[in-house]
Amino acid sequence: MGDMIKGNIAIAEAAVRAGVQLYAGYPITPSTEIMEYLSGRLPELGRSFIQAESEVSSINMVMGASACGFRSLTASSGPGISLKQECISCISDEELACVVINVVRYGNGLGTLYSSQCDYFRETRGGGNGDYRCIVLSPESIQEAVDLMAPAFDLAEKYRIVTIFMTEGALGQMMEPCDMPDFIEPKRHSWALNGTYSNKKIGIFDRDSMKEAEALNKKHELIKANEQRWESGQVEDADYVFVAFGLPGRSVKGAVKELREEGHKVGFIRPITTWPFPEKAFAEVNPNVKGFISVEANATGQLVDDVALTAKKVINERNVPVWCLPCVYGVPTLKFTKEGFGRIINGELKEVY
Amino acid sequence: MAKERIVPVMSDNPMSFCPGCGHGIVIRLITECLEELNQLDNIIFPIGVGCSSLLGGGLVADRIHCPHGRAASVATGMKRVTPETTIVAYQGDGDAYNIGISETLNAAYRNENITVVTINNSNFGMTGGQMSWTSMPKQKTTTSPKGRDCELTGQPFRFPEMVADQFNIAYSARGSVTSPKNVNKLKRYIKNGIQAQLNGEGYSVIEALSPCPTNWGLNALKAMERVEEELVPFYPLGVFKEREENKNA
Ligand SMILES: Cc1ncc(C[n+]2csc(CCOP(=O)(O)OP(=O)(O)O)c2C)c(N)n1
Ligand code: SF4
Repeated sequence: MGDMIKGNIAIAEAAVRAGVQLYAGYPITPSTEIMEYLSGRLPELGRSFIQAESEVSSINMVMGASACGFRSLTASSGPGISLKQECISCISDEELACVVINVVRYGNGLGTLYSSQCDYFRETRGGGNGDYRCIVLSPESIQEAVDLMAPAFDLAEKYRIVTIFMTEGALGQMMEPCDMPDFIEPKRHSWALNGTYSNKKIGIFDRDSMKEAEALNKKHELIKANEQRWESGQVEDADYVFVAFGLPGRSVKGAVKELREEGHKVGFIRPITTWPFPEKAFAEVNPNVKGFISVEANATGQLVDDVALTAKKVINERNVPVWCLPCVYGVPTLKFTKEGFGRIINGELKEVY
Repeated sequence: MAKERIVPVMSDNPMSFCPGCGHGIVIRLITECLEELNQLDNIIFPIGVGCSSLLGGGLVADRIHCPHGRAASVATGMKRVTPETTIVAYQGDGDAYNIGISETLNAAYRNENITVVTINNSNFGMTGGQMSWTSMPKQKTTTSPKGRDCELTGQPFRFPEMVADQFNIAYSARGSVTSPKNVNKLKRYIKNGIQAQLNGEGYSVIEALSPCPTNWGLNALKAMERVEEELVPFYPLGVFKEREENKNA
């Protein structure tokens, strides 16, 4: 077991080890330690750190560095991530690769400083204008987060897509023992702009959107086929299957263990990629399952939609009910999940779908 | 005898600017300067949104179309990871000074080692001639149909002077495309801007006053006259921040 380390610091150091050449950002709680750490660390290694005047500017700096073929990164939370959406859409459109860390905090507008998962829809649907997706990684622990950092860049580069690294305020702020990954020295991408016009481009008014749409769909299909990641347990004989990601996902595993000990046939699916959504995990579920239950840290229930859609696809001969236990913010306790489960099996909680 | 002017291959393509537009002249000057400075194989253009976008169709060079107004930030990211590559941001006045004023100003504030060329045609050309922060008092545009009311909309402002005065930048100048003499001067300004970047002196900005006959409702000749008669008195031509090496020359 490695040393105790704070989530945001561990993630920042993992990004350094994954070969990040440029970080640009603007402070916002609870993501700020990432940029504070990198402000010292990157220059130490002869790499670039920029405190930008805004989130808008910082993501555009990332776009520039990424266009030149280097691993580049920004991080933010809440309204800061909203400001980046215009450029994330442009980066996606240009098929560049970069990683955006969202240390999710709760709330609309300015929001709050509570840990949350309320940005699920925005991140998994491609939050800017247009018609694109980002690969979204949602770790449950500091160890998983650092282990996912190099893959976050690998995936972005493999598919020339934006990877959203969606963590939660609490994960950024907590401390856990963690083994750090090794340093890697990534190569500059072959498709980079390098000043010699080695990769031909066409003007925006000469584009064939029909052809591009076909290529985009193909890319999305490929990602869905090859990149789903999840953890699941005890779903084969389960009457009820919990679905939760990130810290709630971790907490739900504890609840499942206790409920099993109490004689309830329950299992869990913990998406690690929240896009592509791990549909394959559902194929292993007991065909006679009585229901799915999403547990999520938001007010209105978001993940529950994907659970219901996937349930419909996998168990299509009958309408399996899908419940939602939204804890609004923070991390749901075992008690919260178990009490919610009790209300569901007693018929006290109406299903969402 | 008139000398034949050979346009660098990089910009020798049709780019569908309107007849009498200044954009084409400025991009040709930039590529001529790059050629003279041996940078034709070492240049990336972050391009703004506006009629600048038309460069995308014809410029034979590494380029990227930036979100509206953000080219100076994109340029910053490029320059930080590849300091050996020449980066010239190419933007209209709406792009650089309206929606993008924050990014444009902050690149100057940091004295980022990039070159920014802005085409000031006193309106939003691409979208059909709306008012810009650089529109003149009383100028009729599609969003100031009775003439720009500066009491309500603010005054036009002079970006190159502003950053020359306030920030520790390398070079700032304004030229125009209205006569062979002015074109030659503008070329000198652009070359100085790029040279400053090559030497690592820091931020350079060159604004080019440029006609937009289509949206001004004037023919090409009359549009050139308007630049001279209405714009130049408010937007003086010249160098506002001189490079150290020129000071001693
Ligand atoms: C975010 C965003 N807002 C608005 C537009 C629409 N738009 C395109 S070009 C432009 C104005 C460009 O004017 P200017 O920079 O002066 O360039 P010109 O066309 O005059 O050369 C606007 C408002 C856009 N493309 N993106
Ligand atoms: S609209 Fe104006 S700026 Fe745009 S190409 Fe035509 S003349 Fe030039």
